[in-house]
Amino acid sequence: MATKKTARASAGPVAKAAKAKINSSLSDDAKIGLLEEMIRIRRFEERSLRAYQQGKIGGFLHLYIGQESVAVGSLSVLGENDHFITAYRDHGHALACGMTMNECMAELYGKVTGCSRGKGGSMHFFAPDKNYWGGHGIVAGQTPLGLGLAYALKYNNIEGVALCYLGDGAVNQGVFHESLNLAALWDIPVIYIIENNGYSMGTSEARSSKFTGSLAKRAEGYDMAWESVVANHIYVVREATDRHVRYAKETSKPVLLELKTYRYRGHSVADANSEKYRTKEEIQNYQDTMDPINVFRKTLIDEGVIDEDRVKQIEKSAKDEANAAAKFADESDFPSVDSITEDVYWETDNPDQRQSGGRMFFHS
Amino acid sequence: MREITYREAIKEALIEELERDDQVVIMGEEVAHYNGAYKVTEGLLDRFGDKRIVDTPISEAGFIGLGIGASMLGMRPVMELMFWSFSYVAFDQIVNNAAMVRYMSGGLINVPIVIRGPANGGTNVGATHSHTPENFIAYTPGLKVVCPSNAYDAKGLMKMAIRDNDPVYVMENTLLYGQTWEVPEEEYIIPLGKADVKREGSDLSIVAHGRSTITALEAATKLAEDGIEAEVVDLRSIRPLDIDTVLESVGKTNRVLLVDENKPFCGVSSQISHMIQLEAFDYLDAPIRRVTSIDSPAIYSDPLEKEQLPNPARVDKAARALLEEVSV
Repeated sequence: MATKKTARASAGPVAKAAKAKINSSLSDDAKIGLLEEMIRIRRFEERSLRAYQQGKIGGFLHLYIGQESVAVGSLSVLGENDHFITAYRDHGHALACGMTMNECMAELYGKVTGCSRGKGGSMHFFAPDKNYWGGHGIVAGQTPLGLGLAYALKYNNIEGVALCYLGDGAVNQGVFHESLNLAALWDIPVIYIIENNGYSMGTSEARSSKFTGSLAKRAEGYDMAWESVVANHIYVVREATDRHVRYAKETSKPVLLELKTYRYRGHSVADANSEKYRTKEEIQNYQDTMDPINVFRKTLIDEGVIDEDRVKQIEKSAKDEANAAAKFADESDFPSVDSITEDVYWETDNPDQRQSGGRMFFHS
Repeated sequence: MREITYREAIKEALIEELERDDQVVIMGEEVAHYNGAYKVTEGLLDRFGDKRIVDTPISEAGFIGLGIGASMLGMRPVMELMFWSFSYVAFDQIVNNAAMVRYMSGGLINVPIVIRGPANGGTNVGATHSHTPENFIAYTPGLKVVCPSNAYDAKGLMKMAIRDNDPVYVMENTLLYGQTWEVPEEEYIIPLGKADVKREGSDLSIVAHGRSTITALEAATKLAEDGIEAEVVDLRSIRPLDIDTVLESVGKTNRVLLVDENKPFCGVSSQISHMIQLEAFDYLDAPIRRVTSIDSPAIYSDPLEKEQLPNPARVDKAARALLEEVSV
């Protein structure tokens, strides 16, 4: 997907994005903080992969490695009244919004100390206190939910937006199109972000979508604003997201934003044959020329904000934090058997306020 | 006491809850300008305006999903589906999102949404528009399902459903919309999960819900002409389920007939039957019998559809057969 040619082509937008107020006004510490968040996500993911290979984590594990600039960049421009929701590749968004590695890793381990008490797993992280309404497992299933979040903000006259992330595979689901139609029809300030990593599981964008250059162009059919950007530089992501967030707040209109990115690993760890549908060279080329962490590190060194020693410190500290999280998860308890039927109904979890009679659960 | 229709009773419930809580909105196909496909929401647009009463495109998955998202942020949307059959289009949203979000988040998020609309056969609309699958909803942990059999229950249960912090599916019945019952002027609510003995009797218990309750009552009136006194228990809600009231009735009559518009295989009556044999086996003087829909897609042809659904004649026949079982 990405070549040196596109890397050079993105140099223009990067320079322009760097000058945008949202980026140029960042303090050195804030810039370093963004790099640190991206590195933390990668180390977390690498550590979780190891735990998966050790059999400590079950189920699916959809790694975010390669896409870090998207979650960190886009979430970094949100204000306190803005909300967001995503699909099943949700670890990056979780850490970027301030969830701890401990609660995230423990959730992967299925432990009671996990963010969802061990009931959600990898695809289902939630932190409503951080305006994060979850990772959702069904492709495009979250797209009307994101619409509903933004609808509730508008209904209550709260100046805010909802970001709804989806993958490139989700653009071919019916409910995504229903959501775009409703968003445009009712002027709902939702920003759909297609994290286009080029592959819907093992099927490339070219083999799964009828399109001309941009998946976001589909928004034209709904008279909706759209843009596609190469998203491996965090300045570009921040500039584009910030501009669209302001537009959505000012106009109460939706946006479809495509952020072109890349994943290094398979669709999930179970997808061990990810080199069957793409070449080693393709992956290597992206890593060498486009890697969002390397690219931003170089920018910050060029800007004189950071030096290699500091980067190494950050990397070590992130690695230590990830190892500590794995230890925390390992040493945590599994949920109790009694908790299997907790969190199903509000009512049974709040028996002192229960108004219904009758039985809620049934045994064989 | 005044008499109003099932339709008017539901509308009154909606009006009272719209007035009580500004986070309640009504949404669905044709609910506003068209005044409701079944006129349940007639006049609401004029009264509450287009911010509270919202027409949607024909996009069940989209607007039900929107309602779920809005409810996660604290709203209390009441979503109308024109037919239960259309909820299949939104099933991913209902089952994977409305029902599961609370669990998957470890209890961090509530989904106080109401989904309502008619679910029934008997209107000659063929196989795709005649589904009565309350078992689908009741099967799914995280969802509640209410099936009111008359105007009084419909109003009181609907008000509770809207105030409930869990997702509630209210299954109405097109054949009941125009029928009238006594409904008091003053406000009242009916808790979910409380079955109601609609008719006292000593010879057998007929357990039903939704319109099957009306069918059972009609049959019971006829049976009484021959001196057979049937007790009719209306479940009112399937989840939560008030099985204790059923067991109490079985203890009194020792014979049970289940009337259920579901199909027989894996239907609501399958569960009720299991629970009775498990918890009241010693009370039974005869095997539990059932009258359900005949196990085929809904047929269009009118006389055959009437036969396919539980009807008073089939209930009558089953009740007499049950009484002929020799007691042990």
